[in-house]
Amino acid sequence: MKQKQLFSIKLFPGICFVTFLALTSILGWTIPAGAADEKPIKIGVVTFLSGGAAGPFGVPARNGAEVLTEALNMGGKVPTPYATKGFGGAPIELVFIDEAGGVTKQVTEYRNLVQRQNVDLVIGYISSGDAIAIPPVAEELKKLTIIFDAGTPRIFEDGSYKYVFRTGAHATMDNVAAAYYVTENKKIKKIAGINQNYAWGQDSWNDFEAAMKALNPGVQVAVSQMPKLFAGQYGAEISSLLSSGAEVVHSSFWGGDLEAFVLQAAPRGLFKKSTVVLTAGETAMFRLANQIPAGTVIGGRGPHGVFAPDNELNRWFRKAYQERYALFPTYPAYKMVQAILGVKAAYEKAMAAAGGKAPNQDQIIAALENLTYETPSGKVEMALGKGHQAIQGTAYGTVKHVKGQLTIANIKHYPAAKVNPPEGVKSEDWIKSGFKKTK
Amino acid sequence: MKRMDYTFRILTGALAALLVIGPFLPQWMLFQVTVSFGKGLVVLGLLLLLRTGLVSFGQGLYYCLGAYTAGSLGLSLGLTDAVLSLLCGAAVAGFIAFILGFLLANYRGIFFAMLSLAFSMILYGLLVKTAFLGSTDGFNVGVPTLFGFMFSGRWVRYAVYALACLTVFLAALIMNRYLKTSLGRLSPAIKDNEIRVEYMGASVRRAIHIKYVIAAILAGAGGALTAITIGHIDPEMAYWTTSGEFVFITILGGTGNVLAPFLGSLIFESIRSFAYEYSPNTWQMVLGAALLLVIIFLPAGLWSVFQARQRRV
Repeated sequence: MKQKQLFSIKLFPGICFVTFLALTSILGWTIPAGAADEKPIKIGVVTFLSGGAAGPFGVPARNGAEVLTEALNMGGKVPTPYATKGFGGAPIELVFIDEAGGVTKQVTEYRNLVQRQNVDLVIGYISSGDAIAIPPVAEELKKLTIIFDAGTPRIFEDGSYKYVFRTGAHATMDNVAAAYYVTENKKIKKIAGINQNYAWGQDSWNDFEAAMKALNPGVQVAVSQMPKLFAGQYGAEISSLLSSGAEVVHSSFWGGDLEAFVLQAAPRGLFKKSTVVLTAGETAMFRLANQIPAGTVIGGRGPHGVFAPDNELNRWFRKAYQERYALFPTYPAYKMVQAILGVKAAYEKAMAAAGGKAPNQDQIIAALENLTYETPSGKVEMALGKGHQAIQGTAYGTVKHVKGQLTIANIKHYPAAKVNPPEGVKSEDWIKSGFKKTK
Repeated sequence: MKRMDYTFRILTGALAALLVIGPFLPQWMLFQVTVSFGKGLVVLGLLLLLRTGLVSFGQGLYYCLGAYTAGSLGLSLGLTDAVLSLLCGAAVAGFIAFILGFLLANYRGIFFAMLSLAFSMILYGLLVKTAFLGSTDGFNVGVPTLFGFMFSGRWVRYAVYALACLTVFLAALIMNRYLKTSLGRLSPAIKDNEIRVEYMGASVRRAIHIKYVIAAILAGAGGALTAITIGHIDPEMAYWTTSGEFVFITILGGTGNVLAPFLGSLIFESIRSFAYEYSPNTWQMVLGAALLLVIIFLPAGLWSVFQARQRRV
């Protein structure tokens, strides 16, 4: 008797474990009931909601997704060709996940989105590390996945995927266009750079340096500073940039680092001494409106924000976003909108081809491959990576203060084909070849 | 005949149960249990150090070394065998720990914690600057094979899960045995009074050195297991927040039994995952609150619930 009781007590942890598994299963399987009339299309949206990248990128992207899906779900709010309700009449439901916490958590949460929350597709990823890790998982789970922002060209240059698309151009474009912009009027003899010492900063600088060498034979690199990410203090680096005698200083800084750099370098006259190119400057330009010195060259990682064309979609989006958040949308918001509209365009194209029936995933994928569609930022062409990687034109401009207001003057637009490699050529090789059009 | 002890019975029962119910579990849960077990291995090493009175804030170093060893095997030699990856990851981590141990075994308390943290941050710094390993973006690890077998579809996940269960079973079993040996029993003694241990004729330095290497071997195996499970590795694995997470799980699970780390990491991963789902903006707060509750109400960790029951019998 005593023995028996002992045994049951000893099994207690096991019983607890099984109960725990059962409980989590039940938790995981309780899916909130959708609308009764139409089964909503469930999109998992992954973007930074906490940490250093949340303010400049993650939150504007989330806001963009919310503004657009609410308008789409009402139907008839968004200008043509996107006036239909939701995707082909079906309402859209968003499920947000924080991108913070590193790759291990992101892969786990991606699987949970697909297998526990049963989303129909996933849109997300700002961090390039996540964007490299997710595609093989998407292929394994056979789930349509749209990368909307991450910059690394490696995704479709090192791999080929059926279920993964990137609706934003990759970062090579930003730095090639920056090189074109600064050499627009004169040949440059000496350049310098200050970039964060992690993949984004390293890749940005390498692309810019190679592009400058291709455009200005004999150009010298005076100094390339690589402070660590989120360093925040750049006194020594600024001194070395000041004494380098470089005509052009390149920086891919963003967020808090960019603000710190501008606030520390402007009073010391770096912006007067050299032309400073901020490839991701658009994210901070409104916050730093009074501190960014005139003559700074600013990019927005594509024709977004202040560089966006004056079309009906853009006018609608700027107004809707501003009414809701009292701020102008910056490029991450545009890129998120671009991703959702791409899926909508593909969905409705596939629907028309299927005779008005809701398309299945393979039909949506087929429709999205090599698709060209309209967005608030102008035309997007899914031209690279076998029709899975977008290209887009881009633009750069120079800061000018008019009556105490920050404006961007001397905006130059670069067509997509000029600043993106041709299909099947790696960015690096394309720049080194002197921007050859063909293989 | 010696009666099989309680832990051993639980372990074999749990292993059999996990292997049997594996194919019937939802896919996401299989994956989550596998990831938890990878972390649990690292925490098992920390448990050993903690019992000795040492807190390492640098287990990320060995976790990351194990992961990068497994990844590099595939990257440079095209070897994708899961078991080989595990063994190599553990071996490399153990070797580095053996060398660093000569220095670290001289330190205790906060100095040990800070030094171990410093070494892990050195690795992080090196990897971030290494462009051919993908810098901060890291690189992908191919689909694992098992003794030359390629698994298809959902069975890949089950194979990795089964391997994780077996690894955990062996690690916990050996650790349980080790804690009962004379060297293992030195742990609480060193924690209590080092001078007495020395008077008994045991070398405290040597004992700590050995325990440090054992903890690193476990962390290396955990890292390699995580690498083949996740399919991607990056320097973040050596960052101090990762090491901090392991300490967090150690405290959550408690150090009362070799099963505690695995229970702790399962609970931790589940809380984290559902917090991501149900409160995407405040998931960190949910985790923090959970740890606070455990510290306040179960100061000896979650495992103390079971220990209290045992004592009452």
